[in-house]
Amino acid sequence: MDKKIDKSQVKKVAKLARLELSEAEIEEFAGQLNAIIDYVERMNKLNTEGVEPMAHCLPVSNVFRDDVIKESLGTEKTLANAPQSDGPFFKVPKILEES
Amino acid sequence: MSNVDYKVEVLVGLEIHVQLCTRTKMFCGCELAFGTEPNSRVCPVCLGMPGSLPVMNKQAVEFSILAGLALNCQIPSFTKWDRKGYYYPDLPKNYQISQYDLPLALNGYIEIPTDNGLKKIRIRRAHLEEDAGKNLHTAGNFSQVDLNRAGTPLLEIVTEPDMSSAIEVRTLAEELQRIVRYLGISEADMQKGHMRFEPNVNLVITRAGQQFKTPIVEVKNLNSFRALENSIDYEIGRQLDRFLETGETMEMGNKSTRGWDDAKEVTVLQREKEEAHDYRYFPDPDLVPVRVNEQWLNEIKSRLRELPSKKRLRYVKEYGLSDYDAGVLTNDRTVADFFEEAVKAGSEPKRACNLLTQIGLKLANARGCAITELGPKAADIAQLAQMTQTGEISATAANTILEEMVKTGKAPRELAEQLNLIQKNDAGELEGIVDEVLKSNPQAAADFKEGGKKSGKARGFLLGQVMQKTKGRANPKIAAEILDKKLA
Repeated sequence: MDKKIDKSQVKKVAKLARLELSEAEIEEFAGQLNAIIDYVERMNKLNTEGVEPMAHCLPVSNVFRDDVIKESLGTEKTLANAPQSDGPFFKVPKILEES
Repeated sequence: MSNVDYKVEVLVGLEIHVQLCTRTKMFCGCELAFGTEPNSRVCPVCLGMPGSLPVMNKQAVEFSILAGLALNCQIPSFTKWDRKGYYYPDLPKNYQISQYDLPLALNGYIEIPTDNGLKKIRIRRAHLEEDAGKNLHTAGNFSQVDLNRAGTPLLEIVTEPDMSSAIEVRTLAEELQRIVRYLGISEADMQKGHMRFEPNVNLVITRAGQQFKTPIVEVKNLNSFRALENSIDYEIGRQLDRFLETGETMEMGNKSTRGWDDAKEVTVLQREKEEAHDYRYFPDPDLVPVRVNEQWLNEIKSRLRELPSKKRLRYVKEYGLSDYDAGVLTNDRTVADFFEEAVKAGSEPKRACNLLTQIGLKLANARGCAITELGPKAADIAQLAQMTQTGEISATAANTILEEMVKTGKAPRELAEQLNLIQKNDAGELEGIVDEVLKSNPQAAADFKEGGKKSGKARGFLLGQVMQKTKGRANPKIAAEILDKKLA
């Protein structure tokens, strides 16, 4: 079967997900992704006419909470697991591109 | 080339983010607080901790549906949540929860006043999403992140490109601000970033029977009406110049993003990676869909109130106020409600309007408070207005008394007496004064009698003398009647 996903597409997807992959991983994931696409293609052959698209796998809707304030963690606990902090702030590498 | 005749049509569509005034965030119970200690209103959900799960704030969903109804939108019976890829540290989950293909509200419109009457601007959609935190850029080689704002409910409203000038866009934005405030779903405080705008601007240029469309520009993150209006005006000029210079037209993929430099008053191209728009939306498995049945929708509908544009028209029609006065009164719901209360309590609409717009609003502004917080109740305003209506005091005196009411908290009649502002309505007493004035100003009296050019001026002078003699307390209407009778 034709390869639908080549290495350049894996690289693009990895870039979008901000993942750094080795050459070996790119090769490996290209194979896995192709298997997934093949599987989806098999499902595409099913006749789904008249079947409503499913938005969620649970047969549940409208799970709400009331607009009531709950105690937050507070600054100290919030920052406890941060690799770096600066006063009450998280400290992160400089953001060059703002959008 | 520039001296060839051409016609320019401006097309602007607008995306507006409105921060909802719920007490808590969209998907967790953290308090929405402005200006508190950084990272103090944060929990595992806003931190995107593994194992934490978002739960919808019902109030935020109802606020959004209410806005959708006010914007004449269809409210679909089924909507869902999607994840939008996002890779900045101000949203630590690496995605933003938003709505992609099934928003809460669709296909509405908003009417804005223009020189040619009301213009309908179509609303494409309105959906709910969560706001990001704040990245702060320091002098050092790092950035600071405050997540207090992360997870704040935002209503994103998207219009069709139906606006054809910067002023129309501003008018729409201001109308929208009034609407969300009327509905009580947002404070819409520009200073606090409660409303943010992103206009999409391009031009259709017709030259020698041929139409050219300029590439669409999206101006990012404008947070004042002034920046919104000015950036669009700037873009119109820039795009026209560029077209005349290069002839570049709209093609697939040449849409660009620009930022607004407030100091230089120019838009600046923002560099973006090619794939930046590949958000890779997919349904959020952590959140179940929202189903809106008729009963719930009707319940929310019952909370709709008269919107500012309708109120404005009604004030003109029902109360005979000018467009301008009606606009000033309906600008703020508190003022409009207070005004209507005063009218119900017996004030003529125009009297209450004058007292509130000429004095009340000025005093409230000076004190930085609402008109209802000045002290006098609507019933006091009505009493004061009635005293003017019956001629007990003059309109000028009413203004003075209102100022004193705010200062002292005293009742209108008490102040009128104390300040000696009760008008002389006694015709007998006034007649004597008029006689005196006529005796000491024979020339003016003669001029008036003679008629013609000088007559009006002489009459005004004589009345002025009467007012002076009575220290402004003569009822001008009665005094004029006496004067006219005497010199008829």
